[in-house]
Amino acid sequence: MNFDFTDDQQAIKRTARDFLAARYKPELIRQLAEDDRGFTDQQWVELSELGWPGVLVSEEHGGLGLGAVELVVIAEEMGYALAPSPLHSDICAALLLAAAGSQEQQAKWLEPLAAGEVRGTLAVWDERAGWSPDHSEVESSDGALTATKIAVPDASSADFLIVTAADGAHYLVETGAEGVSVVAEPGLDQTRKLFRVSLSGAPTEKLPGHDPGKVAHAYATIITALAAENVGVAQRTMEMAVEYAKDRKQFDRPIGSYQAISHRCAQMLLEVEGARSLAYWAAWALDHEPDTAPRAASMAKAYASDAGFRVCASALQVHGGIGFTWEHDLHFFLKRATANAHAFGDARWHRDRVAGLAGV
Amino acid sequence: MDLTLSPREEAFRDELRAWLEANNPGSEPDGDEAGFEYRRAWQRTLNEAGWAGLSWPREYGGRGATLIEQAIFNEETARAHAPQVANVLGLAMGGPTVIAHGTEEQRRRYLPPILSAEEIWCQGFSEPDSGSDLASVKTRAVREGDEWVVTGQKVWTTFAHHAKWCMLVARTDPDAPKHKGLTYFLMDMEQDGVQVRPLRQITGEAEFNELFIEGARIPSGNIVGGEGNGWAVAITTLMHERATLAFSLQVGVQIALGELLEKAREARGNNGHAASEDPVIRQRIAQLLIEAEALRLNAYRSLTATMRTGVPGPEGSLGKWHWSEINQSLTELAMEIEGPRAMLDSDRWTYRFLRARANSIEGGTTEILKNIVAERVLGLPRMR
Repeated sequence: MNFDFTDDQQAIKRTARDFLAARYKPELIRQLAEDDRGFTDQQWVELSELGWPGVLVSEEHGGLGLGAVELVVIAEEMGYALAPSPLHSDICAALLLAAAGSQEQQAKWLEPLAAGEVRGTLAVWDERAGWSPDHSEVESSDGALTATKIAVPDASSADFLIVTAADGAHYLVETGAEGVSVVAEPGLDQTRKLFRVSLSGAPTEKLPGHDPGKVAHAYATIITALAAENVGVAQRTMEMAVEYAKDRKQFDRPIGSYQAISHRCAQMLLEVEGARSLAYWAAWALDHEPDTAPRAASMAKAYASDAGFRVCASALQVHGGIGFTWEHDLHFFLKRATANAHAFGDARWHRDRVAGLAGV
Repeated sequence: MDLTLSPREEAFRDELRAWLEANNPGSEPDGDEAGFEYRRAWQRTLNEAGWAGLSWPREYGGRGATLIEQAIFNEETARAHAPQVANVLGLAMGGPTVIAHGTEEQRRRYLPPILSAEEIWCQGFSEPDSGSDLASVKTRAVREGDEWVVTGQKVWTTFAHHAKWCMLVARTDPDAPKHKGLTYFLMDMEQDGVQVRPLRQITGEAEFNELFIEGARIPSGNIVGGEGNGWAVAITTLMHERATLAFSLQVGVQIALGELLEKAREARGNNGHAASEDPVIRQRIAQLLIEAEALRLNAYRSLTATMRTGVPGPEGSLGKWHWSEINQSLTELAMEIEGPRAMLDSDRWTYRFLRARANSIEGGTTEILKNIVAERVLGLPRMR
């Protein structure tokens, strides 16, 4: 029993922390938030040199062949830095290709993806979607798709899309193909770019794999990474709140010496550490205990969805008026945490799954 | 990261499981006296097999178990519904304090009867006017030759009516600053100067006692850690209380949750449907399952940090506080699932619901624990 990272995982964490801190300064994040694309080629090349797009891709396909624990290490640091990047979208596409793609599809896409030469993203939400991330009414006819998907992250810079469809099917669509239109949709979280994708008889290839267990495992990995991202976001805003509470004086005392403030900060720690333990456990289960993974991942996502938002909101309250200004960085974190909370099933949706898995 | 047991830990678990299967006498009989004697016998059985002083060093009759092994012990005994031990405070707090601060002579004298449950221990810390502010205790000890004469009042003294020894914190120097004038004594409870009165709590039971101390005598040799050093010794006792506490607590929550799930499937909610089909109830059950899992995982993560660095990680200070919130919500939800039966005092959930109110007070109030987290973990300025 050792509930801590290995030396290699620690090394990835340190590299990620230093690398991201050196590059993603607050001013740059602001610039990228205003930018249509949200990242530069130079940034992507550097991330690719670290091998992150291929973190989960097998070595056979040119990836690092690492596990969900390493993914979670990176995702937490991406959240901590609030680094705007198509990395998460790209990893989602890689996961679905690996879970349901044919050998030819994997051979064609995974290697350049792992090298950072092409990028993919995952289009989940139908235009009039309900709460369930695993429900779509999109049908293909004669190998072509006609559908609208909303809130597709990083679609304008992706080379291909994995599109969810009825009965749990997935289709691969190249964004450059005939009948594919990608239009920017302003997102709540400006550090992750969202797009409306309209397909009008777009040529597609079905991902033929039909092992629901593998696909479920891919989605469980995606939500665990998002949970970890929220852990990083919450950790960062908690640190901001604590620093501010030490510095800011009112009535001649640091506001952190008032229990109304200090107990609020203690509550943040409780939620951050709970979210962290659950996310690490879920990642470990994905790698080593697949039977536990669906429950663990839903627990991690539910908890981190709530905790991510609540810790950011609480940090904003500690900051008082300045925390409500555009000029302060907090709102970017709050928005990322909230958007993550609603992506791939919100806390309520995952709680219902947890209840179901417990036999209730 | 490896959340499975190592071969050594697995061997420990298997040995313990087999032993429990052969020796576990099952749930205790009703009634305070009968129940207590049952626990005493169980502890004797444990001790003869070397399980009682699990965390204690081998040279003092313990097993020298790692923290993970202690955690396994807590999980396995709870899962097997084994009885409690009789000398909880002696094993978890008194013994480790004597080992850390006592003289070799004191260790030889006091440790064996703690293990065998021949001598039960209680804790004389809290007073009517000193709850969270422990250093303000007023109970006085005055030297008379080779003895100390003690006068004062203690409260919330668990097991006092069974106890031979009391871990007593008393003021020996009224002129010193409040943290400095304290001394840690081992007081013999079997003397006329000590009167024990049961303290009836909101459940109707009397788990705790009040202690009236009027001219009780303690030989100087019963001081632990030296005169005037009582605060440091008391902190050792409290740290031992909290070290593996989160573990025992989380196991209790897992068991109670299992019972709650069963109840939710059986109990009728609206219009004859099972309570578990109510979406709001489902949400709350799931939230409890998640929180309980976070509690369990934080406890394990804290153990790993403690084993590596010697000190618990930040998550270690959260366990008792988090547990009290979970256990309170759990019992509140159970009362809702009970429906009209919640009005009756005939169910174990009614008892648990009332008993849980103390969870956020006993062993450090939630407010004090939040202060500790804010000041010592987050480094926020002290409130004064």
